[in-house]
Amino acid sequence: MKVPLLYSYRNLWARKLTTLLTAGGMALVVFVFAAVLMLDAGLKKTLVDTGSYDNVVVTRRGAESEVQSVIDRVQANTVEAQPEVALGPGGRAQLSKESVVLISLIKRGGDKPANVIIRGTSPTGLALRPQLRIVAGRVFRPGSNEIITGRAVADRFAGAGLGEALRFGGRDWVVVGVFDAGRSGFDSEVWGDAEQLMQSFRRSIFSSVVFKLADPQAFDAFAERILTDPRLTVEAKRETRFYADQSGKLSAFISYLGLTLSVIFSIGAMIGAMITMYAAVANRTAEIGALRALGFQRYAVMLAFLAEALLLAMVGGVVGLGLASFMQFFTISTVNFQSFAELAFSFTLNPGIVLRSLLFALLMGLVGGFLPALRAARMNIVDSLRAA
Amino acid sequence: MFFLSMILRNALRHKLRSLLTLLGLVVAILAFGLISTVVGAWYANSEAASNARLVTRNAISLAFSVPISYQQKIRAVEGVKDITYANWFGGVYKDPKNFFPQFAIDPESYLRIYRDYLLPPDDLRNFIRDRKGCVVGRRLADTYGFKVGDQVTMKGTIFPGDWEFTVRGIYDGREPKTDTAQFFFHWELLNETMKQKFPRRANYVGVYVVEITNPDEAAAVSQGIDQIFKNSAWETLTETEQAFQLGFVSMIEAIVVAIRLMSYVVIVIILAVMANTMAMTARERLSEYATLKALGFRPAHVAALIFGESLTLAAIGAVIGIALTFPAARGFSALTGTLFPTMQVADTTVVRQVVSALVVGVLAAALPAWRAAHVKIVDGLRSIG
Repeated sequence: MKVPLLYSYRNLWARKLTTLLTAGGMALVVFVFAAVLMLDAGLKKTLVDTGSYDNVVVTRRGAESEVQSVIDRVQANTVEAQPEVALGPGGRAQLSKESVVLISLIKRGGDKPANVIIRGTSPTGLALRPQLRIVAGRVFRPGSNEIITGRAVADRFAGAGLGEALRFGGRDWVVVGVFDAGRSGFDSEVWGDAEQLMQSFRRSIFSSVVFKLADPQAFDAFAERILTDPRLTVEAKRETRFYADQSGKLSAFISYLGLTLSVIFSIGAMIGAMITMYAAVANRTAEIGALRALGFQRYAVMLAFLAEALLLAMVGGVVGLGLASFMQFFTISTVNFQSFAELAFSFTLNPGIVLRSLLFALLMGLVGGFLPALRAARMNIVDSLRAA
Repeated sequence: MFFLSMILRNALRHKLRSLLTLLGLVVAILAFGLISTVVGAWYANSEAASNARLVTRNAISLAFSVPISYQQKIRAVEGVKDITYANWFGGVYKDPKNFFPQFAIDPESYLRIYRDYLLPPDDLRNFIRDRKGCVVGRRLADTYGFKVGDQVTMKGTIFPGDWEFTVRGIYDGREPKTDTAQFFFHWELLNETMKQKFPRRANYVGVYVVEITNPDEAAAVSQGIDQIFKNSAWETLTETEQAFQLGFVSMIEAIVVAIRLMSYVVIVIILAVMANTMAMTARERLSEYATLKALGFRPAHVAALIFGESLTLAAIGAVIGIALTFPAARGFSALTGTLFPTMQVADTTVVRQVVSALVVGVLAAALPAWRAAHVKIVDGLRSIG
């Protein structure tokens, strides 16, 4: 026979302050746990959304990011001549030779510089990224000193808004448009004409070559072949994979750090649950004796107290998760270790995180409530009835 | 005296509960100290930076370099005492996880300016003589087991290829906070290799480090340097070494701020646990407090009993927590290898730990003490906990 769940539930109500404080401690731990997972999920989502499955990014072998990569014109042309490259209207290759460099910009309302990616591209490069929409102004004209800025850059950096100008490479660059790339990594970039930018930066080499596959399934064969081509020192990745890889270091950092902290913090919360449950058992010694005298088995008493601890943890878990869900309104911007450039991303909540956070809370409740529940179950009927 | 022994006895009445609370406190204070130490480690480079040194880099960003020919022009600027240069190498030692900074330097001038890197004179001579030689810091040597004479292979990411070096010396720091997790080799070697493989990338340096005669003139000298190269093909940006280092921290400021906030979250968590303990304790003893009051003790006495117990627990927890912070920081430092330049528990961290423990002790007792002090004797005596 089981002790009704209502018994455990009512007991929590009996001491509101204690319940509130214990559940509050757990809620904070769950909040930290969920916030870390959300941040990691947000980072990955931002970078995964940046790429398209049909696009291929070609960089120098061993380069960890486009910024580190160099591809000379001869190699870029060799890639362009490959049969896997899709052809657009007029037989033009759907391929963009891009120059990606870091520039140091100052944040609005501050004097601290941050590195921003500036991408030299072409009209084809824009066409290759259909998720990119101009939300204000217009596209830069090829061969001019015009640039367009991503939403996250336009908002946060001085001189990057529509109609303003940035100075770098000995020239003034006019911002003629602001684009939204659907919360992807491109939102943290500045785009301009490749040839003009390369001239300013005194570079004659490209950073990467991006193209659309004529047949999306032909990727593996292509990647294999260019690795063995003696004329080339490059490697190819699908754009989705390329950007997902860019999240590696920062993602590992965030999750290791966050999970370590969550585990340490949870020790505090579990101790809180343990104290509360030990007190609950001690205060109700006579009650436990009565329950046992009425015929409830040891395991039933144990389950009742475990249920109480789990309920307490569940309250903490739900409150903590509720608090964490508000974090979705925040965007965090920090340097991505891989590209060394500023990247803006938001906290993202998904069902997996909800599940994991609640399980984490229940685990805390289980660990915290186990020993006290065991003590309750082991009580001797006669002794405990006498305790009152 | 009577009061003190009463507080102690009270604290020991529920041994298990006090012990658990204490354990929680220790974990929280320790975690708080560790987090502060890690955050502090990020600022270690900027704190070790001298304000008598300036860093000149390409104005576009650090990813661009400046020509080696600028050296003579900068040296001629008024107020400049000495100059050296370095290139960030960014190589990988065996696995990308093994992160440590590597710089291509001009050995003589670099070690002349960075006097905090102590290298035995013989090793210095051997290093200067061997163009394929390198010098590593003590922490780096300890982490990867480098010994003088060892061969080290680096995989270049910015400068492609496999690079072979021979360890010619291990440097120590003049002070405990000196960064001894760096790897230095000859800029000449880098440049010669670039000349052969990528001639367009030869004869450039990443940054110039400029020592100035008078730190007060830092702003004027910086402007003086940048002025020469204005409108040239490679415009420069000069700032103090400290500002330069802080620039790196500010890049990950959002994360640093988040981590710092977390360190306060753990204090709030333990505050909830501690407040719960004190609330339960006070509730159970309400009739005793009423008895004390009936005997003529004033509300303040009762409150003092509760505050005393709470503060005693907090103090013991703080002492143990702080004592454990030091070995824990050493352990963490060993675990993360050379990711952080140094890992020192700062005095301010200890002060913050003490203050947090006191705040927790006081706040946790506030509500129960108020309740116990204000309870009517009759109600209190009736209470059964």
